[in-house]
Amino acid sequence: MFSFKPDRSQYPAPGPDGKLQIDLETGKYLKLWQGPNHPGITGNMSVELTVCGDEVVEGKTHVGYLHRGFEKLMERRTFIQVFPIVCRVCVPEPDFNEYCYAAAVEDLAGIEAPEYAQWMRTLILEMGRFNSYMMFLGGIGGALGLGITGQWMTYVRDLMLDRFEELTGARIYHMFILPGGVRGHLPEGFEGRMEEVLDTAERYLADIDRVMFSNSVFKTRTKGVGVIDPALFEPYGVTGPNARAGGVAKDLRKDSPYLVYDQLDFEVATATDSDIFARATVRRADVQTSIDLIRQILKKMPKTGPAMAKIPNVLHWKIPRGETYIKGECSRGEYGYYLVTDGTGYPRRINVRGPSYTHAMALLEHLIPGTNISDVAALMVSLHTYPPEIER
Amino acid sequence: MRDIHALLKQRHRLGPLEPRKGGLAFVTVPRENLRGLLLELRDTHGFTHLVLLTAVDWMEDGLFQLTYMLNNRGRDLTLGIRVMIDREEAQGDTIHDMWPTAATYQRELKEMFGIDFPGSPRLDEEFILEGWTDLPPYRRDFDSLAYSQQTYAERPGRVTHDPREYMKSKLYPDGV
Repeated sequence: MFSFKPDRSQYPAPGPDGKLQIDLETGKYLKLWQGPNHPGITGNMSVELTVCGDEVVEGKTHVGYLHRGFEKLMERRTFIQVFPIVCRVCVPEPDFNEYCYAAAVEDLAGIEAPEYAQWMRTLILEMGRFNSYMMFLGGIGGALGLGITGQWMTYVRDLMLDRFEELTGARIYHMFILPGGVRGHLPEGFEGRMEEVLDTAERYLADIDRVMFSNSVFKTRTKGVGVIDPALFEPYGVTGPNARAGGVAKDLRKDSPYLVYDQLDFEVATATDSDIFARATVRRADVQTSIDLIRQILKKMPKTGPAMAKIPNVLHWKIPRGETYIKGECSRGEYGYYLVTDGTGYPRRINVRGPSYTHAMALLEHLIPGTNISDVAALMVSLHTYPPEIER
Repeated sequence: MRDIHALLKQRHRLGPLEPRKGGLAFVTVPRENLRGLLLELRDTHGFTHLVLLTAVDWMEDGLFQLTYMLNNRGRDLTLGIRVMIDREEAQGDTIHDMWPTAATYQRELKEMFGIDFPGSPRLDEEFILEGWTDLPPYRRDFDSLAYSQQTYAERPGRVTHDPREYMKSKLYPDGV
């Protein structure tokens, strides 16, 4: 069985600053751009690889292909007008932006969302998490040549998007969570239709277990590859499934419960090997957790009750000077919004803390040297990064 | 959090603790005490997780506020540390030696706010912008609307609205 073993003896010694002194003129090295338009890249970003043979010597992440200055644009909008922007910071899991921003505004404005809205928000976040994992499971298979998994997971995600459309009126950017609560109640018969989706999802996930997680090619190419030393977790700000795959049983839903997570019963999935396979298995377990949580929420949530608290006239809404940070556990780790207000009708500063910011930049650049070119795609996808969180 | 604040207040010349809900608090520290405070919080008090590093532009006061958000995962405490620096000679102290990931934040702050962090790796490499020669765009005095109008041509037939006025006209068609 082929196993890639980097031979570092052929490289030049690092310079005094610890960096390799690479002279492209020698013809020994080659610059290779993976992305921004490449099937083995996560979203619109690129990695500038320096390769020697088929081994990667150095990798630099380049972002900026999507930059629209979200954070700056938000400073020109009233608090309610920010909503069409926040959800676009993360396409596959936009609801986290809505929740964190809405909760930050509520915190500074002294508003409490009603109980029904808290349950509904939790439901929305778990549905979003499920969708994000569908993209991951399809993507990681695709990065290793298993094209069918991407098609299956896209189909299942589409079924969940149907439920989103039914509930919120939109498939991708829902803007269902607003400061003060949520925009509406569950439609009649929603629970039954959701159960059909979850049943279908479980059938497809069982297939994924067979064709991907039990596949010897998949295992060979992911076990022992892209290992993150747990000692790097804190210095590199690694959170979420990437850390849990290395044995760190930290999940903000458990450790710092928000919304109604303290009323739900679930376990935090972990693994120990901290390689690509471990990260994929943790996420596979997380999907099942999300499915279970959606069922629990639909069973336990109140059937009636106000969905919105009273909020001021949004056209004249001024929030006193202050600052806050609201966080939650999204499918990739800690997601947070840092909101600063100055007493006017506009936010002074909004800073989005997405897990991809640390995972796709400093961490990825640290992990890439010594890998084989063909493993870079799987390594990137295994970190589950979304570029807009970096260049927001 | 109050116990930690009381312990470090004198040594690092901390301002008053401003607690918010959920284990979150903010505190202001002079720039010269920042690195010592961060090191002690990380090594002695369990604040090992650098959540974020960003800046807030208080243009009217001539100041930038650097916010270092640290988290103690064991006790679920989050501390926002504010450092106020002069806006005209915007310079901070690099902390990439404590958290390597801070180098990315500092690179972004250099590009977007023009705040220098001497010694931080790859600080002058382009991060998000390409060939940018204007004011650092996240400064308050950079007018993104004026920049767009000067840089890009209007698409023929396109109607633009002031978002606030447009929303008002939609919500109250007969006038407020």
